[in-house]
Amino acid sequence: MRAFTYERAATPQDAAAALAGHPQARFIAGGTNLLDLMKLQIEAPTHLVDVNHLGLDRIEPTPEGGLRIGALVRNTDLAADARVRRDYAVLSRALLAGASGQLRNKATTAGNLLQRTRCPYFYDTDQPCNKRQPGSGCGALQGYSRQLAVIGGSESCIATHPSDMAVAMRALDAVVETIRADGSARAIPIADFHLLPGDTPHLETVLEQGELITAVTLPPPVGGRQVYRKVRDRASYAFALISVAAVLQPDGTGRVALGGVAPKPWRVAAADAALPQGAQAVASALLQGAAPRPDNAFKLLLAERTLAAVLAEGRA
Amino acid sequence: MPDPVPLDLCLQVNGAPRQLSLDPRTTLLDALRDHLHLTGSKKGCDHGQCGACTVLVNGRRINACLSLAVMHDGDAITTIEGLGTPDALHPMQAAFIRHDGYQCGYCTPGQICSSVAVLEEIAAGIPSHVTGDLTAEATFTAEEVRERMSGNICRCGAYSNILDAITEVAGA
Repeated sequence: MRAFTYERAATPQDAAAALAGHPQARFIAGGTNLLDLMKLQIEAPTHLVDVNHLGLDRIEPTPEGGLRIGALVRNTDLAADARVRRDYAVLSRALLAGASGQLRNKATTAGNLLQRTRCPYFYDTDQPCNKRQPGSGCGALQGYSRQLAVIGGSESCIATHPSDMAVAMRALDAVVETIRADGSARAIPIADFHLLPGDTPHLETVLEQGELITAVTLPPPVGGRQVYRKVRDRASYAFALISVAAVLQPDGTGRVALGGVAPKPWRVAAADAALPQGAQAVASALLQGAAPRPDNAFKLLLAERTLAAVLAEGRA
Repeated sequence: MPDPVPLDLCLQVNGAPRQLSLDPRTTLLDALRDHLHLTGSKKGCDHGQCGACTVLVNGRRINACLSLAVMHDGDAITTIEGLGTPDALHPMQAAFIRHDGYQCGYCTPGQICSSVAVLEEIAAGIPSHVTGDLTAEATFTAEEVRERMSGNICRCGAYSNILDAITEVAGA
């Protein structure tokens, strides 16, 4: 690990200001992804601002009837919250499908959104990677792509976003709240939060340098049968090949998002509209324009079959 | 690149305050093993994948390898040395011995710390991936234990005996 200096921030505004004009500085919360990457020198910050003591660890009702989840709420606590289990079960299920008990105890809501891809070419510093080292090329395009994206990628990058939580939040239309270094706040719909790679895959979110996530807000509960189904190479503690987050209403309408297929949680309005027509129509709308590689073309059929299983569970 | 400036911190380790002055790069695991000479917690992968470094921080299990010691100033840390001693074993340690819940023993301190936490998590009603009804109380089943222990890898494959040991302590 490269040397760095360390400070504990006392307020969100202090934390944001501490990173302003300091491109080699990073916030650290749970640290479960950042420290992993620092040990490999994929991340090499020269200064860390510890944001664990900002009082952003509460889950509170909003005046509109939704929930405001503090950025520092741990994945375990969010999944176990009685209101989330009752009204946003798809979020609880998605969180519990991710990582291990030890990691969920440490990982935070904001950090989960900001985790980096697990693409093997990003992790292997002997390989080219446009995300890790812009302009160096992409080893995955002609390489091992089983875990990687079939849609939303580019000729620069086909990395997937690894989060389960974010897929459920996409289906729930969550909003990311932030504070910027100048003290101003903004609210970013989760649909607009993550960027597609294009020819700048090193830019992963719309956050500015020093912009700190303070909370994620969920709109009022939408009811319905809520399902999160994750298909992976082992039954526990593995990243998704395909995951489906769905909210299914008794009249056949609903909303659906996919994980494991794209550089961000993947949701398409036409796929929501196709829900009454069944899994094939939904998969076709979600994966319109897909560009799979030989190693991951199976994901197209797997997505349709997983959607079929989810719709069957929704009807049961 | 900044020069590494040591930072002062105090950890409550197994009930006793321990003052340290550490390079900020020092992980909690390295602080315990290399600076406090509590070598029960093991370094397996050093990337949060194997669980050999599992300790309890303020009562919750975490991977000590994926946390900086300076982030734990004032926290209460419990390691395998704090759960029991050779003369006064923790019930989970005794059960692992009785059920032969290990072969080489390298993952065992992490397995035991995790096992103790898993029983507390079930008692606290924290659900898991295999919990059938999210609005009901979590219950103790073999399936629940297997899922909740998936962050602790045993290269020797002692899993069935580990499950027997945990089941005995749970009184299930």
